[in-house]
Amino acid sequence: MDWSELQHRMAQQGYVAADDLSVALHLALSLQRPILLEGAAGVGKTEVAKVLADVLETRLIRLQCYEGLDAAQAIYEWNYQRQLLSIRAAAGSGETGSQIEDRLFTEEFLLERPLLAAIRQEKSPVLLIDEIDRADEEFEAYLLEVLADFQITVPELGTITAVTRPVVILTSNGTRDLSDALRRRCLYTYVEYPDAVAETEILRNRLPKVEAHLAAQIIGFVRKLREEELEKTPGVAEMLDFAAALMGLGVADLTNDPAVLQNTLTTLLKTQSDQAAITTEVAQRLAGRAA
Amino acid sequence: MSRVTRFAGRDPGPVARVGGFIAHLRENGLRFGVAEAELALTALTHVRAAHADENRLALKAVCTGCKDEAERFDDLFDAYWLNGGRVKRKVTPTLSRRMNRDVHSSRPAATGSSAGSGTPDAPGDQGGETAGQGTGKLIASDVTNRMRKDLRELVTPAEIEEATHVAERLGAAMRDRRSRRRKAAQRGSWLHFRKLIRLSLATGGEPVVLPRKARPDRSRRIIALCDVSGSMSVYSKVYLAFLAGLMRADARADAYLFHTRLVRITEALRDKDALRALARMSLMADGFAGGSRIGASVADFAKGPARRIVDGRTVVLILSDGYDTEPPEILSEALARLRKRGSSVIWLNPLKGWESYAPTAQSMRAALPYLDLFRAANTLADLAKLEGDLARI
Repeated sequence: MDWSELQHRMAQQGYVAADDLSVALHLALSLQRPILLEGAAGVGKTEVAKVLADVLETRLIRLQCYEGLDAAQAIYEWNYQRQLLSIRAAAGSGETGSQIEDRLFTEEFLLERPLLAAIRQEKSPVLLIDEIDRADEEFEAYLLEVLADFQITVPELGTITAVTRPVVILTSNGTRDLSDALRRRCLYTYVEYPDAVAETEILRNRLPKVEAHLAAQIIGFVRKLREEELEKTPGVAEMLDFAAALMGLGVADLTNDPAVLQNTLTTLLKTQSDQAAITTEVAQRLAGRAA
Repeated sequence: MSRVTRFAGRDPGPVARVGGFIAHLRENGLRFGVAEAELALTALTHVRAAHADENRLALKAVCTGCKDEAERFDDLFDAYWLNGGRVKRKVTPTLSRRMNRDVHSSRPAATGSSAGSGTPDAPGDQGGETAGQGTGKLIASDVTNRMRKDLRELVTPAEIEEATHVAERLGAAMRDRRSRRRKAAQRGSWLHFRKLIRLSLATGGEPVVLPRKARPDRSRRIIALCDVSGSMSVYSKVYLAFLAGLMRADARADAYLFHTRLVRITEALRDKDALRALARMSLMADGFAGGSRIGASVADFAKGPARRIVDGRTVVLILSDGYDTEPPEILSEALARLRKRGSSVIWLNPLKGWESYAPTAQSMRAALPYLDLFRAANTLADLAKLEGDLARI
C-alpha cells in the first residue's frame, strides 16, 4: 500500500488527510516508527488513529494521558481484590506459602492496561497515546523505553516482549514542550486546519446530504469565525456539529434566519466570552461575507 | 522558478547527497543523530524517488521534530535540492515568522520567505535580515564594555557567607512541589496494595500491616539569570553574592550572567575558594557593566541550555532591571518559550523597591504576563524576605 492508496482508503473511512500527513503515516507504517502529531485542538489528530485502525482492520488501543499518570494505569496492575480472596481461600486448603505465591503472581491476576495490552495483540493494533504533553516527564521517560524495545518488564513475571509491533500514534496540543529524546524517536507531522477545499470534502464525506450551497456557506462561515479573536477556535469536529445542527433544524441558507443561526452557534462557541463576542450582527456579517 | 540542483559530476551518488542534505540541516540548527540519517535514507526507499514532492514530504516527516522545524524545512529543502547552484543558505528565522507560531490558522504559515528561495542567492543577499541581530540599531549602551572589572572589589567573602544562608533558605522554600504520583511512605492517605498483598502472604491472607503511599515532595531546580549590565552595576554586588551563595547551597542550581551575551558561571562559582571563584568569574564576565540585551540573552538561554535543563520542576530566576536595548517582543517570546517548558519564572527587579515605581520599561511590561512572581530585591535582607512568596508558587 503506497501513501496515495492509504490516503484514498482513509478518505473512504471518512477522513480527508493532507498529503504530508498521508506520507508520514505511510512511513510510520512501513518503517515501524511511532509518529507524533501536533496541532491545535480540533484539527482531527485523535481521529487519525481511529480511522487508521479501521483502514488496517485492527484494534485501537487508547491511552489518555494526564498529569500523574503512572505505571498502574498505563502498563499493568495486579488484581488485588482477587489476590486477597485467593490467599484466604488457599489458607484453608493447606497450600504452602510458596505455592500460593507462585499462583498469585500469574497471568490470572494480571490486569492489562493499554501499553501492555498493545504489545500482546495477535494482530498489531493501533496504539493511540493521546495528549502526551499532559503526562509528566517521568512517564515520557518510561515511554521512551517502551517505544525503543517494545518490551515491558513485570518483576514477578519477567520480561514480556511484543508479539507484534503496534502502530504507535502520539498526539500533543503543545501545552508543554516534549523532550528532544522523544521527538527524535518519532516521525513528526504538524497537523494544520484543513484548507477550504479539504474541509468541504470532509463535510460532504461525513454529511453527504448537505447541499452544495449550504456546505459552501458553512465552511465559509466557520473559516471566517476562526479569523475572529476567539478564546477557543472552533475545530473540524465543531464545524461538523454545526452542520448537523443546521441540517436538523432544516436551515437551507445561513442568512435566512438570524435567530436560528445564533442558536446553532452554541455548537461552535464554547466559552461565555466567545458567545458574547459573536453577537447576532457579527454572525450575520460573517454569514453575509461567507456566502 | 526553482530548478533541481546540478550536483558536481564527481559527486559520489544519492547517499552522499542525502548525507550532504543532512549536514545542511544540522548546520541550520535541526538536531538529529546518525540513526535519523539512516532512517531518512530508508524512508526514501518507501516513496517514489522520481517525485520530488514525495521525497520532500518523506524527509520532512523524518527530519523535523517540532512545528518550528517543520515550518523551516521547506525552505531548507529548496535551498539544498532546488537551487540553480549549490548555495547553502543560512535561514535566520525572522521576527515575523517567530511571532506566527502561536497563531493557529488555516493558511499555510508564512509563505513569504519560501517564494524567493528558488533563486540562487549569494550569501550577502540576506544581509539586511541577519544584520538585524544587533548591529543595525546601535545605541550607546549597546556597546560591550571591554574593560574588565575585578569582581573581588565588589563582593567580600563574608557577604558570600551570609548569602549562602539566604540562598539555602530560599532554595528550601521553593523545594516543596508535590508530585501527583504516589510512592510508598510511612504515612499517607492511600493503601499501597502491592506491598499489602506481599505482606499479607505471611499472615495467611490477613492484611495485618497496612502499608501506605503518599505524594512525595520533589525538589525544584533553581536557575538564575543575572543581569550585570551598566544600569545594574549598583545592585550586582548583592546579586552576585547571592548567586555565589546559591551555588554553594544547592548542587543542582545553575547560574548565568548576561549583559550583551549570556555566560554560564556555575562552575566558576562552585570553586571552593570564594575569592578565587570571583576571580574566575571576572575573567568570564568580559563586558561587565556594559550594555544590556536582555531579550536576546534570555532567548539564547531558552533556545540553548533551557532545552536540556528546564522542565516542570525548574524555577527560572531573573535578576534584572528590565532596561533592554532590544524590541520587547524578543523577551516576551523567550519567556513564553520558558513557560512552555513548564517552569515557573520569577523576576526580581531592584527598581521595584523604589517608591512610585511602575514597570514602564517596555521590556518589563512585555515580560509581566509571563511571570509567576515579580518582586523587588536590593539587599540580601530583601532576598531573605522572599521566602514566604517563593513557598507559594
